[in-house]
Amino acid sequence: MNTSITTTGLQSLSVSQRLIAGSLALLLGLTLLVGTGFAGDYRLHNGAHDTRHAMGFPCH
Amino acid sequence: MFRNLFFAALVAALCAGLVTSAVQYFRVTPLIFAAEAYESEGVQNHGNAAANHEHAESMPAHNHGENEWMPQDGFERTAYTVLANILMAAGYALIIGAVSVLFNLPITWSTGLLWAVGGFAAFSLAPAFGLAPGLPGMPVADTLARQLWWAGTALATGGALLLTAKFRAPWALALAIALAILPHLIGAPQAPDEATGFPASLAASFASAVLFNAAVFWIVLGVTFGRMNDYLAVRNQPAGAFT
Repeated sequence: MNTSITTTGLQSLSVSQRLIAGSLALLLGLTLLVGTGFAGDYRLHNGAHDTRHAMGFPCH
Repeated sequence: MFRNLFFAALVAALCAGLVTSAVQYFRVTPLIFAAEAYESEGVQNHGNAAANHEHAESMPAHNHGENEWMPQDGFERTAYTVLANILMAAGYALIIGAVSVLFNLPITWSTGLLWAVGGFAAFSLAPAFGLAPGLPGMPVADTLARQLWWAGTALATGGALLLTAKFRAPWALALAIALAILPHLIGAPQAPDEATGFPASLAASFASAVLFNAAVFWIVLGVTFGRMNDYLAVRNQPAGAFT
């Protein structure tokens, strides 16, 4: 995997930059995943119902 | 940095969300509709019997009270599913993007397929090993317990893959194997053993269709994410710097 690092520019970033960007992305990503796949609210559940079944999330 | 990550994740999510929507529309959702037909038939015929069972406890979420909002069958339902697919894809894309940035493991055109395999293993295959993808109306264990096991399994499997990608050492491999096996030793919450109204072939077709669909979804997500990252990396370099 080392050969590809230079092309993405990941290594040029400081650790704190990566930490901030990564944490932000993780937080946003988890929010979206929980909202579509897990949330118990009936509007979210009913709207995403077929997605939950089709993507193998635990549903009723 | 965050803008690049976000943009690449969004493009990948759009592609993967639309592709999985197409696969679902033709091969997965029809099975859900078929199961719902059996489900409503069963409710009509065995309404009282079902009410005496624990089964009834798992039904309300799907029996939908008359005044509970749900998308109308047809275009509206499909539109919500496509939207949910894209949002879910964005969630997955941002999660693997975050892991990539936090652990300095680039997603590129050439590693995209590895990320796809990893995502599929962690979020689709490993959870499905304990909790087979189920149709509406199938007897199931408590939803929260299943969700916890599902999330724990995804986390443990993803962690195991991350360990092997990051550390080439015997201890890491040993720990990874232990992590990957642990959720299956604990065991997924078991569904109550009761009869259902629809054919076993329907449930079997559904389980394999879900896994096929997940594989397609992850391959598109990983590869387009990698391709976008490569594109943005080249574009953001000063002219002539790219060799």
